[in-house]
Amino acid sequence: MLTDFFILLKQELVVTAIIFLLLFVKLGKDRTNESILNLVNGLLLINFVSGFFGNQEGILFSEMFKTNPLIVLEKNILSLAMLIISMQSYSWLKTHKHVIEFYLLLLSTLLGMFFMISSGNLLMFYLGLELSTIPLAAAANFDLLKRQSSEAAMKMIISSAFSSALLLFGISLVYGATGTLVFTEISTHLSNSPLHIFGFILLLSGFAFKISAVPFHLWTADVYEGAPVAVTSYLSVVSKAAVLFVFVSVLYTVFKPLADVWYNMLFVLSLITIIVGNLFALRQNNFKRFLAFSSIAQVGFILIGISGSSQAGTASVVYFILIYVFSNLAAFGVVSLVSAVTGKENIDDYKAFYKTNPFLSWVITIALFSLAGVPPTAGFFGKFFLLMAGSSKGNYLLIVIAALNMVVSFYYYLRVVKAIFMDSNEQPIAKLSIPTLPKLAMYICVTGIIVTGLLSVVYDYIFSLSAGL
Amino acid sequence: MSGVPLTHILYLSTALFFIGMYGLFTRRNMITMLMSIELMLNSVNINFVAFNKYLYPEKLDGIFFTLFIITIAAAEAAVAIAIIINLYRSHNSIDVEDAAEMKF
Repeated sequence: MLTDFFILLKQELVVTAIIFLLLFVKLGKDRTNESILNLVNGLLLINFVSGFFGNQEGILFSEMFKTNPLIVLEKNILSLAMLIISMQSYSWLKTHKHVIEFYLLLLSTLLGMFFMISSGNLLMFYLGLELSTIPLAAAANFDLLKRQSSEAAMKMIISSAFSSALLLFGISLVYGATGTLVFTEISTHLSNSPLHIFGFILLLSGFAFKISAVPFHLWTADVYEGAPVAVTSYLSVVSKAAVLFVFVSVLYTVFKPLADVWYNMLFVLSLITIIVGNLFALRQNNFKRFLAFSSIAQVGFILIGISGSSQAGTASVVYFILIYVFSNLAAFGVVSLVSAVTGKENIDDYKAFYKTNPFLSWVITIALFSLAGVPPTAGFFGKFFLLMAGSSKGNYLLIVIAALNMVVSFYYYLRVVKAIFMDSNEQPIAKLSIPTLPKLAMYICVTGIIVTGLLSVVYDYIFSLSAGL
Repeated sequence: MSGVPLTHILYLSTALFFIGMYGLFTRRNMITMLMSIELMLNSVNINFVAFNKYLYPEKLDGIFFTLFIITIAAAEAAVAIAIIINLYRSHNSIDVEDAAEMKF
């Protein structure tokens, strides 16, 4: 029984152990930032590698906590993203006063996401969700002296508190209607009565806030712009991915009886998300804001994948998120390096970037090609499978509009590429020296972008794992 | 169980929820906005306790959920107030209209 506990909760326990170890390092004698960063990156590497060994399927605490191979894979994706972000923020954190606190906050949110993904009960889900958002708001304020940073944190904490209040009201109605909080039991009690649908709508809007689908996206761009780059990339990749993983499993398992209802809602949500995300991305000049709107548009495509049937939907969403982790983090890696050294964050500053920094230019170009979905990169295959999954219900209008929007998105992604390669600039960004860890992170991302697309094994593996859902 | 019927309690909690939402949208003072969010969370608490007591008295799921909501609301308020204090240091105001550097 006790061995069960340790094996099933292994990934959570490793993260908790790292958090406690860092607390002791904080209490101990002063260390240089370099030694702390090397230690933390080593620990995160251990965390990522240990996720691959000795995993078992099982249920703990009377269905509060469940784990299976797909959930383990999802947690590994999050650990990998955390490792890459940590390596990329090396040059920013090297001179920062509060390195350990930064990692304490981010690792707490990672722990919350792990519990959220594994939850089999609405209470556990809510606790994981809060653990993954409250420390993140504090992390958004990590540039304590910058005005924008505190403004971003304020916007984030108020909108996330509002969204969790909506979510909770929905949960309370679902509880009132079904009398249970356990996922597997809720689905047997649900029907098409108005109370159930109202509860579901409130839950859905809580989710939509967290993944920044369109009517609920207004906080996203401001928070992404104001927060430090490392936190922005964490927000746009890790926290969004975690909520999407849960969203998929909740829709397909808990709310399966309401499938007809949520199909229509997802239809509307995904369309306006793609269109509004694209239109606003066209006019941005700040790089972080630009990536914020591009990530909103990507969420729209993910919602199309979710609206398909269960197995193909789950597989395509997990596969796309794996690719999205690589491509978005490659773009953010370059942005964070440039911003840490020069403080420049505008797209205009990147004009003639290729003349001074050819390597970084190629990294960001490949990343933007993958985000746009240009064939040799993985982003194309990711979007292809999402649209395939979405088309399984035979709603071709949705697919046509999504495909047209991909053309629009080419314009704004390639505009950046044009600025980097073709435009002239009086004062281009000077040649940057790239420290080892960020360089390694960029190599990992670029390899990931190319390899995950070309190896069909990856998709087949994810597809076989999502069969049981 | 005689006395107040369940529907009356649900009227109360729904009214409280939307009063809180209205307050959040109209108030410009950040502390007041936080108080509005607390109102919304408390209406959820009322919901949970009422459902538990009237409909499913054999298990205590709802009551436990309420305890967790109260705890997390306190944590959320602590972080939010810390952020607001830090914002006050740089902006010298806790009016949301003054913290509007980033738009569109």
